[in-house]
Amino acid sequence: MSQTVFAPWNDPQAKPLIQFKNVTKRFGDFVAIDNQSFDIYAREFFALLGPSGCGKTTMMRMLAGFETPTEGTILLAGQDIAPIPPNKRAVNMMFQSYALFPHLSVWENIAFGLKRDKVAKDKIAERVEQMLKLTRLEKFAKRKPHQISGGQRQRVALARSLAKAPKLLLLDEPLGALDAKLRQETQFELMDIQETTGTTFVIVTHDQEEAMTVASRVAVMDHGRIIQADTPANIYEMPNSVYVADFIGEVTIIEGRVTKSGNGYDVAFAEGAPPLHAESDKVFQNGQSCHLAIRPEKVTVSAEPPQDAANAVQGRILDIAYLGNLSTYHVELPSGQIIKAQTANTRRLSRRSFTWEDTVWLSWTATAGVLLEG
Amino acid sequence: MQRFALIALPYFWLLALFLVPFLIVLKISLSDVALAIPPYTPTLDLSGGWGAFKEFLSGLDFENFEFLTTDDLYWKAYLSSVQIATIATILTLIAAYPIAYGMANAPDHWRPTLMMLVILPFWTSFLIRVYSWVGILSNEGYLNQFLLGIGIISEPLTILNTNTAVYIGIVYTYLPFMILPIYSALERLDGSLLEAAEDLGCSRASAFWLVTIPLSKNGIIAGCFLVFIPTIGEFVIPSLLGGSQTLMIGKVLWEEFFNNRDWPVASAVAVILLLILIIPIVLFQRNEQKQREAEG
Repeated sequence: MSQTVFAPWNDPQAKPLIQFKNVTKRFGDFVAIDNQSFDIYAREFFALLGPSGCGKTTMMRMLAGFETPTEGTILLAGQDIAPIPPNKRAVNMMFQSYALFPHLSVWENIAFGLKRDKVAKDKIAERVEQMLKLTRLEKFAKRKPHQISGGQRQRVALARSLAKAPKLLLLDEPLGALDAKLRQETQFELMDIQETTGTTFVIVTHDQEEAMTVASRVAVMDHGRIIQADTPANIYEMPNSVYVADFIGEVTIIEGRVTKSGNGYDVAFAEGAPPLHAESDKVFQNGQSCHLAIRPEKVTVSAEPPQDAANAVQGRILDIAYLGNLSTYHVELPSGQIIKAQTANTRRLSRRSFTWEDTVWLSWTATAGVLLEG
Repeated sequence: MQRFALIALPYFWLLALFLVPFLIVLKISLSDVALAIPPYTPTLDLSGGWGAFKEFLSGLDFENFEFLTTDDLYWKAYLSSVQIATIATILTLIAAYPIAYGMANAPDHWRPTLMMLVILPFWTSFLIRVYSWVGILSNEGYLNQFLLGIGIISEPLTILNTNTAVYIGIVYTYLPFMILPIYSALERLDGSLLEAAEDLGCSRASAFWLVTIPLSKNGIIAGCFLVFIPTIGEFVIPSLLGGSQTLMIGKVLWEEFFNNRDWPVASAVAVILLLILIIPIVLFQRNEQKQREAEG
């Protein structure tokens, strides 16, 4: 049985729900968004990911209508939204602070938007009940926001922003205020709700794990630009820049110079050390400087020199970070380069094969490393 | 024991500064007027022992309270005081809300200055400030001179010695008491609530009515009581700015004490005033408590 993969961004026929066209936003001299063009498709779960001050919140506030672009246009279903005030947009937002009305009960909070639209009373009641059920808040309908827990408040905020069945839901750091355990559960809940309602979600977050978990596509931002927008897997496995590789997950970045060799390139990274080999679709000139990014879990640690490995280096264990399920080894090569390697702790800690100061072999395949332009 | 000592201190203050004076006033209100020093009888002489105390008790009666019901001056004065205080409170609220709103929305570095400007009038005597309104509001005063000068009116307005002047005086004097609690409520208001209201379909104006006003309700209530309670018993403002037709219980009280030298009747007036004030004070306390519960 074949399942069609949800990837409208690869379909040239697909019409995007949101189009940013050369959008620039300046606050005085500060450029918050720098001439950005990109599309978001219906039913997508699109994550804007980046450090604070990268412009992701500005992007979202422009969609909500709290900011207008200095230059360029934003189209929602083909219509320029710049002249439409926030209260007339088919866009709703879930605020970072939740912004629940403290003087209204959970029920009234969820009904707030519907009442503004002059929906019939029984229709409001029906819709609110539906939202309460969706977010499992039936029991708390009569409570005030200060009488429920943080996780419940988060769900009220979500129910309230979904109540008007917006074309687009914006989520500003929706899980930021929850503790780690609850955050994980809520991430899956969010995905479920997004799937059942079929709403397009745009989420702003600085937590890369959260973005990777929930999103169909992640846009990694820095200094007002989207550096890379792609599926979580592509972002992780095929970052297009050192910035993205470094921002998402753990990585070892090795600087060097390339020479064409066989199917890929040899990377000379230190005097006297044999070059590393990596395959790449990108075209490099001989002698061009480059960065080789290697994910630690793709590096194997062994005591004996490995057979048939495309890359094998010897080094000394400098540090071990024990994470419970995983251990990360920081191995120093004779050149001073440190490479991170990760192994699953399938055996008990007391039986760990390596310890500090041990000399070990690290090996990885030719496709494990990603060559990036320097 | 330690806890008892902790509670005992405030209760002692309450007893010494409120209950004891009140009991003295209550005692005088039950006495009869006399040409003596002090000007009432009977007086309590503790050296006389139990017999003298019993005799003293038998000298007390409710005559003065009965007297208050025979002359309609008194109940009219109470009623008119409540009426003036109510109208003045509403006027103060209307004047104070925009000021508090402006202060709460002013840039951060402006707020301490604005706050100081609100409190600044307290640095001079209340009496002098009210008196200066006489100079502004009189027929030859600055206000009339100004209005005549720019040609809006051809004859001077009679404001001084009317209820209008009393309202102006009260609004002016009690404005800070209204501004400060409303400001503190508005300052705590989370701006994202207004954005959320707009996001959910409110216009700016309806967001103000549906979010800003309800969330500053406690400040409004506190401010209204802080103005209403002292205004009912207000004496200085009506006697300096008001006219002969301005009837307020504070003025009646003053006249009974100092013009008629009838301490017992004056005390009875004061006791009734206190009983009237207990209602809003209790309501005020309950509002404060509810607010504390909501925040806790």
